[in-house]
Amino acid sequence: MSLEVPSGLPLNAHVPADSFYELLRSHSLQPRWELSEGSAQSLATPEATTVLALRYGDGVVMVGDRRATEGHSIAHRRIQKVYPADDYSAVAIAGTAGLAMEMVKLFQTELEHYEKLEGARLSLEGKANHLARMVRQQLPMAFQGLVVVPIFCGFDEIANEGRLYTYDVVGGRYEEEDFAASGSGGREAKAFLRSVYSEGASADDALRNAIAAITAAAEQDTATGGPDLRREIYPTAVVVNDSGYNAVDDAHVAEISQSVLEEQS
Amino acid sequence: MTMPFYVPPEQLMKDRAEFAQKGIAKGRSIVAAEYADGVVMLAENSSRALNKIGELYDQMAFAGVGKYNEFEALRVAGIRHADLKGYSYGRADVAAKSLANAYSQTLGAIFTESVKPYEIEILIVEIGPSPDDTRLFRVRYDGTLVDEARFCAIGGQEDELSAQLENRYQAGSSLNDAIKFTAETFEAVEDKSIGPEDWEAAVLDRTNGRRMFRRLSADEITAARS
Repeated sequence: MSLEVPSGLPLNAHVPADSFYELLRSHSLQPRWELSEGSAQSLATPEATTVLALRYGDGVVMVGDRRATEGHSIAHRRIQKVYPADDYSAVAIAGTAGLAMEMVKLFQTELEHYEKLEGARLSLEGKANHLARMVRQQLPMAFQGLVVVPIFCGFDEIANEGRLYTYDVVGGRYEEEDFAASGSGGREAKAFLRSVYSEGASADDALRNAIAAITAAAEQDTATGGPDLRREIYPTAVVVNDSGYNAVDDAHVAEISQSVLEEQS
Repeated sequence: MTMPFYVPPEQLMKDRAEFAQKGIAKGRSIVAAEYADGVVMLAENSSRALNKIGELYDQMAFAGVGKYNEFEALRVAGIRHADLKGYSYGRADVAAKSLANAYSQTLGAIFTESVKPYEIEILIVEIGPSPDDTRLFRVRYDGTLVDEARFCAIGGQEDELSAQLENRYQAGSSLNDAIKFTAETFEAVEDKSIGPEDWEAAVLDRTNGRRMFRRLSADEITAARS
């Protein structure tokens, strides 16, 4: 991956659009991985596991566990899988961690770049579509077994409601009405959410259900890390509503995690 | 084959400078002034859509006077430069000094090489964790780079505004006071009162989190001045 920044001012960058990715490409700086066919099968790269999001009355709650696995062993205990995309949206990643984190960084820069040039944020629909394009660009990597499947949520300032999107490996974009989960423990998390989900819940209830779902997924799926009281590792939780992106502070998540663990045991 | 007339280089540069200055003198001015938590930028601009002040990066802002299309192109180029650098290295590596140098090089080259010099003047404002980290870089049409302190006026009435600000400027004032004295300076120089809708104002404020740039609404300006 090249890291050379052009020294002059890109005054005549042959980029008509506001896209940061196109700007990178015009300088041949875009992130790219060139692999010969089948060569990635032998790679052991950290995999980010379970993330989920659910809609509630005023917005969306998004939670992710903290574990990354490499085959059957734990690669990292404290990675972050839920990120702010901009002031009014959040993105959660599952799949090959290295690719996913680069995708998030590019996505964040892209949204801010657009906002600064245009003087206005992209619509939520626009952000979701752009992320779909980024996932689609990863398709050749997906054939090599390096898959990235994000979840995206945000507060739609036009429709005045929280909205939630899921993706597939070919860049398909699906809007979800209730909840979504991705990663190895996604199936268990969804099964749990299906049994507790109610429309128009309060933020507190939604947050508790989301953390309980991660905890339940960790019970069944070895790759998902539940709340770890001994090491004080708790899931990352964020709430996106009309006041924007808000990270839930660790102490509050710890409190909810403890009460969930007591209830589930 | 026709031979071009010989023009001495001194004359050429003088003509170009005069041309650029004439263009800039027609434009309205912008004032940037330090206050306790950052820098306030104020301009007389009745357009809601065509801005003279804009965000460059987390801690940096841009202000331009003169021909809109020319300084707008420079603003876009500055954002591209900053975002490229921040993405390739780290957010903390984007600094106003290198950006101001890039602007200076670019404008210098345009002044000598292109058919017509840019009729603009720009200001790059940067703030940091403490008031000592504040930088006001001003770049002229010919690429001259000047490092200002406390306050800075660019555009048609810069001399009158600077002279007035020298008396009115108060170090370490609150945002409201800073808006008050900069707005009063404009009104004193123009000798008329300017309505709240006719201001374009923005701040870089240390208390704003990562992205320190924020535009001020007409209501905020009215409230600050009352």
